[in-house]
Amino acid sequence: MTATVEVPRKVTEHVLRPVRFHQVGKAFGTGRKEVVALDGVDLEVKVGEFVCLLGASGCGKTTLLNLVAGLDQPTSGRIELSSSRPAVVFQEPALMPWLTAAGNVELPLRMAGVPKAQRRAKAAELLELVRLAGLGDKRPHELSGGMRQRVALARALASTTDNTGEGAGKPSLLLMDEPFSALDAITRDVLQGELLRIWRATGTAILFVTHDVREAVRLGQRVVLLSSRPGRVVREWDVEGLAGSDESGAIDEINSELRKVISSHAAA
Amino acid sequence: MPQLDVKEGSVEAGLDALDTPVAASEGSLARRIAGRALPPIGAIVLLVLVWQVLWAAAFWPEFKLPAPAAVWAQIWELVTTGEILGLFWVSVHRAVIGFAISLAIAVPLGLAIANIRVVRRGIGPLVSGLQSLPSVAWVPAAILWFGLTDGAIYWVVLLGAVPSIANGLVSGLDQVPPILPRVGKALGADRLGGIRYILLPAALPGFLGGLKQGWAFSWRSLMAAELIATSPDLGEGLGQYLHNGMSLSDISMVFAGILLIFVVGVGIELLVFRPLENSVLKARGLTSAVR
Repeated sequence: MTATVEVPRKVTEHVLRPVRFHQVGKAFGTGRKEVVALDGVDLEVKVGEFVCLLGASGCGKTTLLNLVAGLDQPTSGRIELSSSRPAVVFQEPALMPWLTAAGNVELPLRMAGVPKAQRRAKAAELLELVRLAGLGDKRPHELSGGMRQRVALARALASTTDNTGEGAGKPSLLLMDEPFSALDAITRDVLQGELLRIWRATGTAILFVTHDVREAVRLGQRVVLLSSRPGRVVREWDVEGLAGSDESGAIDEINSELRKVISSHAAA
Repeated sequence: MPQLDVKEGSVEAGLDALDTPVAASEGSLARRIAGRALPPIGAIVLLVLVWQVLWAAAFWPEFKLPAPAAVWAQIWELVTTGEILGLFWVSVHRAVIGFAISLAIAVPLGLAIANIRVVRRGIGPLVSGLQSLPSVAWVPAAILWFGLTDGAIYWVVLLGAVPSIANGLVSGLDQVPPILPRVGKALGADRLGGIRYILLPAALPGFLGGLKQGWAFSWRSLMAAELIATSPDLGEGLGQYLHNGMSLSDISMVFAGILLIFVVGVGIELLVFRPLENSVLKARGLTSAVR
C-alpha cells in the first residue's frame, strides 16, 4: 500500500474492490460505559477473493460483518461497498420454520418482487448448487444441521444474485459468520470442501469469520488476524495453495500469534 | 473390494442420509383414532354411570338432581321439534359476529402495542388487566347504556374477547426469535416486507393461541350476557333457554342447557381451532406440542 502512495488516485480507483474499509471504528454505548469494538480497521477484499477473518471472542468479527451487511453503522471511518447486496450466512441457519427449503431460498426473491416462475427456477438452481436438489419440499425440521446450513447458504446466494436490479454487473460478495461452528467435526469438514467448490463455481468474493485457525488456513487465500477489544488488524498471511508442512507451519505460526493476542489480555 | 477411495459427494450423501431426522410411524389410522377417541368416551360413560347411580340412590330430591334419561329426553325433544336449530343459530351467530368484530379491533390494537413503545407502556397493562376482569361485570353497565338490545350483548362479548386476542398477538410477536428479523433485513426486507414476510408468519402460533382463548372468552361472555339480559325482543339463545329452565324450576331443562352450551363451546374449539393449530404446529415441526 505504501508503494502506491505516489500514484495518482484515479489509477488505483478503477481497480474494483467489492468492499474496502477506511479506518473503520465502531463503539457501543457512550461515556464511561463505552466499549470500542473496532478501531481503525483498514481492509479490502478483491473480486473473487476468499478472505478469512480470524480472532478470539470479543474481537468484533461479527460487528465487522454486520457493518458490511448494513445491519449496523460504523461510528467512524467509512466502508466502501462496490458489490451487489452482500449475501449473509449466520452462525445458525435461521431458516423460516413455516417455509419449505425451496420457500426459504425463494424468500429474498419474493421480497424483491421476482415473478413466481423465475423464483422457482432460481431456487431449484441454487438448491442444485448446494447438492440439495429434490429436497426443496422438505421443511427445515426435516433436515439435518448440515443440510439446513446449506439451505441458508443457497438462500443467501439468492439474495445477492438479482442481476436485473441495481446489482447488475457488480461483483458479488458473500459474508459468513462462523457458519460451521455449530456443526459436528465430520459435517464441518465436508461443508468446508463444499464451500470451496461453490466458491470456485460462482467466483464470488467471500469474507469468512472464524475462530478456528485450521479452518481459516484451509479455506482462505488470505488470513487476517484481529486483536480483541478494540478489534484492530494485527497481521495478515497469504495462505493460498499451502499444503503439507507449509500448511502446518502457517497454522502453527498463526496459532502462536493468536495466543499472544489472547494472553496480552491477561496482563491488562 | 479393492477400490478404497470414496466417490466424490458420497460422504456428503451418506451424512445427509444418517443425519436426516426420521419420522416415527404412528400406526394405522384406525388405531390412532381409537387411541385418541376411546379415553374421552370412557370418561363420559363413567361420569354418566356415577350420575345414574347417585340419582338412583336418591340422595337428593328429583327437582335438584334429574335422571340422565330425563335430561336426554329434554334434549331429544329440542332435536325432534327442531327448536335446537333456533337456539344454536341465535347463540352461535352472535358469538361468531362478536368474535369477528373482536378480531377486527384486536389485531390493529395488538400490532400497535407490540410495535410502538409508548402504546405498549400506556395501554399494554390496561389490556392485560382487562383480561382478568370477568366481562360479566360489564353486563349491568351495558344494559344501562344500550338497554336490552343486541348492542348490550355484543359489548360484553367484545370486552371478553378483544383483550385475549390482542394479548395473544402481542406475546406471539414478542416470542419471535430476534435472529429472524435480522436475517430478513440481510435478505433485503424493508420495514413492510419484514412485517409481512417475517414477523407475522413467525408470530402465527402465539396468535392462534390467542384466537383460541379469545373464542373461549367470547363464548363465555355471550352466555353470561344472554343469561342475565333476557327479553322477548332478543330472541331465544342457549343462555335464555337456561334462564327459562330456572324460571320454570325445571332442573332437567337446566342440565340440558348446560350440556348444550358445553357441547357448542368445545365443539367449535375441536372443529375449528384445534385442526388449525395442529396444522400450523405440524408444518413447523412442533408436533410434540400436539396432543
